[in-house]
Amino acid sequence: MRTVSAAETAPTTHPWTVHAEGLRVRAGRHLAVDGLDLALGTGVHGLLGPNGAGKTTLMRALATVLEPAGGKLTLLGESVDGRADLRRVRRGLGYLPQQFGFYPRFTVREFVEYMAWLKEMPKSLVPGAVQRAIERVGLADRAGSRMKTLSGGMLRRAGIAQAIVNDPAILLLDEPTVGLDPEQRLDFRELLRDLGTDCCVLVSTHLVEDVVAACSDVVMMHEGRILYQGTPDDLIAQGSAGDAGDSPAERGYSALLRRHRAEAGR
Amino acid sequence: MTDHPSPSVISRYAGGDLDLDEATLWSVEVHLEGCADCRARLAGSTPEDVLTLLDRVSNGVDQGITAGPAPVPARRRWSATRHRWLVWQLVPWLTMTAAVLACAVLLQVLEPSLPSLVLLLAPVAPLPAVAVAWSRGSDPAWELIATTPSAGLPLLLRRTATVLAVIIPMLGLATDRTGVSLALALLPCLAFTTTAIALGAFVGVRLAALGLAAAWGSVVAVPAVFTAHLPVVLAPGSLGVWALIVVATAAVAMTRADRFLRRR
Repeated sequence: MRTVSAAETAPTTHPWTVHAEGLRVRAGRHLAVDGLDLALGTGVHGLLGPNGAGKTTLMRALATVLEPAGGKLTLLGESVDGRADLRRVRRGLGYLPQQFGFYPRFTVREFVEYMAWLKEMPKSLVPGAVQRAIERVGLADRAGSRMKTLSGGMLRRAGIAQAIVNDPAILLLDEPTVGLDPEQRLDFRELLRDLGTDCCVLVSTHLVEDVVAACSDVVMMHEGRILYQGTPDDLIAQGSAGDAGDSPAERGYSALLRRHRAEAGR
Repeated sequence: MTDHPSPSVISRYAGGDLDLDEATLWSVEVHLEGCADCRARLAGSTPEDVLTLLDRVSNGVDQGITAGPAPVPARRRWSATRHRWLVWQLVPWLTMTAAVLACAVLLQVLEPSLPSLVLLLAPVAPLPAVAVAWSRGSDPAWELIATTPSAGLPLLLRRTATVLAVIIPMLGLATDRTGVSLALALLPCLAFTTTAIALGAFVGVRLAALGLAAAWGSVVAVPAVFTAHLPVVLAPGSLGVWALIVVATAAVAMTRADRFLRRR
């Protein structure tokens, strides 16, 4: 339970939480995202695609780490390219990078508290929000442990806790399920569905099963562009018995990729 | 809060009477929150089954408290503050700077004929630590921090302040031991720090700090050691110029604050 401010209940004036038009982003010299159009609203969106499709670069551009090299990018109704003031947008952001660094001497609680402070949360709300975030990821019994003593899956969950501590309007999770055991993955799907009710969640993953189970929307990327956007059921409908894969969703995924490559090769 | 509800209303409320209309219900509840006497009356008129239920719940809560994890012990307040100001990665660099300054003091005591090494080192003393405080490679959490609203010039200034808070007492000690002017050590030190930040807006703080340190070393410090004369830029007459540089570069850094929003 928390106090809801007037700014939170005010009607939004932007049609999409995340809106990209012809977005181009460089990763080093390489143009990893090239002319991407994307519109995302509230809900859980699964970002799929082969390695090197530009998923992580897109995530970093949406997280305002990378500056777009071209095109338009609007987050929460505010443009974030060029010399825009990013502070307001960043207050509504939660981000878990693919490889996330941390200060090994911090305890989990200190780490999440430090991130909450960096996210400019009101001082009085921080302790409660930190405890809630740690409980939501199931780390309450290790809240006092130092980060360096945690296992890979626990670190991942600590990373998710810092991402959700400020109740973000846009939550970007890059490979959040790496290192989680099967039971934790089920809990994580539950958490995703819960978060997706009032927040725009974008989850990048290689696990098609996670997307089908927890996402309301599937976005597939290939070579820096959006290849497909639809519901998980649509994705399943794309595949037929002859396609590679062990589940209907995997068959849909490989069918889409194969069809795209065949068109590109022609 | 003046009118107490009648005992019959309270007993109907306690018994969960469904005929009690909502307006009365609300006013009774609001009154109960502020009136201990009526709460006592409510406790007296509560039916037996509700009391047993309450007992059971309170027993359950008590058991949960004894069986559950112990409350987190209250932490020292300074631990949180410490994390905000000090990045652990700075410690080895600050130690190195201290060691170099100590060597300079020692050399000057042993070889008084050399120009003051403390003065020659003072301008570049904070630069290594400032470069480390704001570079991607040395801050493990930079990608997390880069997406937060506090990232940018305020955070850089906060970390620079930490560096200066350690370096300035060191310089004070070193100048005190060697008998050179503190102002001649401090003003160039500040000027180089603000210039590194101002240049950092254009080329990145790390590159700016490295470039400034290299330029100072090759143009001023090394020739001064060879010619055994303190350069004119470190003469007492140049203090005004150093102060001007501090003000001008600080102003440039302030007007270019937006360039620090994304870390280069």
